[in-house]
Amino acid sequence: MWKFIHQLASPPHFYRIAAKMIPWFMVPALLLIGYGTYAGLFLAPMDYQQGDAFRIIYVHVPSAYLSMMAYMVMAISAGIGLIWRIKLSHAVAAAAAPIGACFTFLALATGSIWGKPMWGTWWEWGDPRLTSELIMLFLYIGYMALRGAIDDTVKADKASAVLALVGAVNVPIIHFSVEWWSSLHQGPTLIKEGGPAMDPAMLYPLLAMILGFTLLFGAMLLRRVRTEVLFRERRTKWVNELVLSGGK
Amino acid sequence: MTARLSADGLTLFRGERLLFQGLSFALNPGELLLLEGQNGSGKTSLMRAIAGLIEFEDGDVMWDGRPVRLNRPSFYGSLVWMQHRVGFKADLTLVENLRFESHLRAQSDEDFDQVLDRLSISRLKRLPIRSLSAGQQRRVALARMLLSKVPLWLMDEPFTNLDRQGRQLVMDVTTEHLDRGGMCIMAAHQDVDIGGNVTKIVLQ
Amino acid sequence: MTNEDSSVGLMSGVLGVARRDLLLAWKRPGDILNPLFFFAMVAALFPLAVGPSPEQLQFSGPAVMWVAALLAMLLSLNSLFLSDFEDGSLDQMLTSPVPLSALALGKTLAHWLTSGLPLVVVAPVVAVTFQMPFFVTGYLMLTLLLGTISLSLLGSVGAALTVGLHRGTALLSLLILPLAMPILIFGARTVSLVAAGDGAAGGLYFLAAYAVLTLSFAPFATAAALRISNE
Repeated sequence: MWKFIHQLASPPHFYRIAAKMIPWFMVPALLLIGYGTYAGLFLAPMDYQQGDAFRIIYVHVPSAYLSMMAYMVMAISAGIGLIWRIKLSHAVAAAAAPIGACFTFLALATGSIWGKPMWGTWWEWGDPRLTSELIMLFLYIGYMALRGAIDDTVKADKASAVLALVGAVNVPIIHFSVEWWSSLHQGPTLIKEGGPAMDPAMLYPLLAMILGFTLLFGAMLLRRVRTEVLFRERRTKWVNELVLSGGK
Repeated sequence: MTARLSADGLTLFRGERLLFQGLSFALNPGELLLLEGQNGSGKTSLMRAIAGLIEFEDGDVMWDGRPVRLNRPSFYGSLVWMQHRVGFKADLTLVENLRFESHLRAQSDEDFDQVLDRLSISRLKRLPIRSLSAGQQRRVALARMLLSKVPLWLMDEPFTNLDRQGRQLVMDVTTEHLDRGGMCIMAAHQDVDIGGNVTKIVLQ
Repeated sequence: MTNEDSSVGLMSGVLGVARRDLLLAWKRPGDILNPLFFFAMVAALFPLAVGPSPEQLQFSGPAVMWVAALLAMLLSLNSLFLSDFEDGSLDQMLTSPVPLSALALGKTLAHWLTSGLPLVVVAPVVAVTFQMPFFVTGYLMLTLLLGTISLSLLGSVGAALTVGLHRGTALLSLLILPLAMPILIFGARTVSLVAAGDGAAGGLYFLAAYAVLTLSFAPFATAAALRISNE
């Protein structure tokens, strides 16, 4: 087992394995998202309160979930890279950040579009989830800005890892404080998304979308890590050979 | 017998540039390790890496047979170093600076005045470091080394900014340190006239 | 060679560095005063922008003063490790027998004493211009006292990460502001709640707990960040 992990962490090996793994993520991801989109738009019944507007949760909820998930992946792999000095792990953290930021932005955008018919406004500060997502986006921006400011890759890896870990400690606290903050005034009532009372015809497409988005994230992450590895190893022999052989 | 300070198979990169590969050395009490090489050959980087300020790509520096990076407090308790930027606070006086450092090292300062006299900086005691010349600041850095009473001295270009008298002082003080059973790693791009056990490493 | 492996205890190391930095601050009082003036000026911007209506000022006072305090802290954090980095004393600290986290904590303590605490002291003066009642001002000072401790600690991590980088100031704000939002939320809202006649216990407990939490991890994160930044 240990040997396998060690092998996987070697860049050329990872580069090859990842290429084989990507379809295993991508194909089920597309199938699930395809089913979820169709079922979510046409098969799921209309919400008795929100009408058709609720259907945006099929994009919103998976994106919001992945914005957290990507941050966790980023912080954990950054921590592993920092403690056990595994370079591949840092590459994963570097690759995860922009994807996470995109999902966070998607969650914000869909939340805001959903808010327009529901609350009559594009942005409602009273909603704790939107506010947390916004701070989440700021966290990603800070992480990427720090990375961008340091020229030396090794140094950038380690410095941003410290930031990611400090951020990870703070994420639950930020959520808690935003919840507290919004509970102070009577904001618009929130509909519990994905609660137990949900109609199965509404729920299954949602679950399919969440799983599909997660697999899509996996595929995107693998692709980005491959590129990242190739860039970081650009001076090595195996990359040169790879390039000369036309990528075979 | 293992050496007090040793290193095996050191490899160091600065950015993308390989400075050296497979470098080894051993240092025992009374010995001087002299690092030679042109500007940009990596003398300072090697010294900073030995002090644990930069990470080696490969290889470990061992202090008393244990890797330094796992054993920092003991290693740093035995090390003092002099580098290009002297590391004193410009707004504080000479005494305030040295007292701060001796506080951190929990060392007695009974020979404080004696050391300052020897380096002829006694009359500068109450002046802020800012108002001292570069050469005088180097002498204060030398005082730091003498006061610390630790076995391992790292000296990066100790002769910079010093007059002939000052250079002689550095060599005398270092020779005495080695005679007492101390160790020294020195990077210099000029001739060094220090007796005793000298090992040279020439960086390309 | 007698002095091997000897160094002062942790606490003594913390206090030694704090004392040196306080001495430095004493010799350059401008470094303490500038963030305070900045605090007063930012707070003065709001009445100028919003208008002189007393009700509005009373309502927005706690929020405005907390935002101003947060920005003033950020301003002073930028130079926390800068001079140590430039004059080489950071190298000396990194190779000191005292653990780096203790030295980092000492520097943070000095920073709080020279920037956080003065803000707490000056706050009542600014609060008067916002027509804040006395007991509300008391709570404002209390929340600032607890909040600035966490801000100094969190900020020291950011300052350590950005020391030596070009355009570090803007970057430091990007790193620290999102992390500081819980402090702002609880600090400002607690004072507003008190002003509206509600209890403040919840907010104060949170601020105190958060200060303890940051105290438990920030010195280590700062030490790690300093080693990385100084490479």
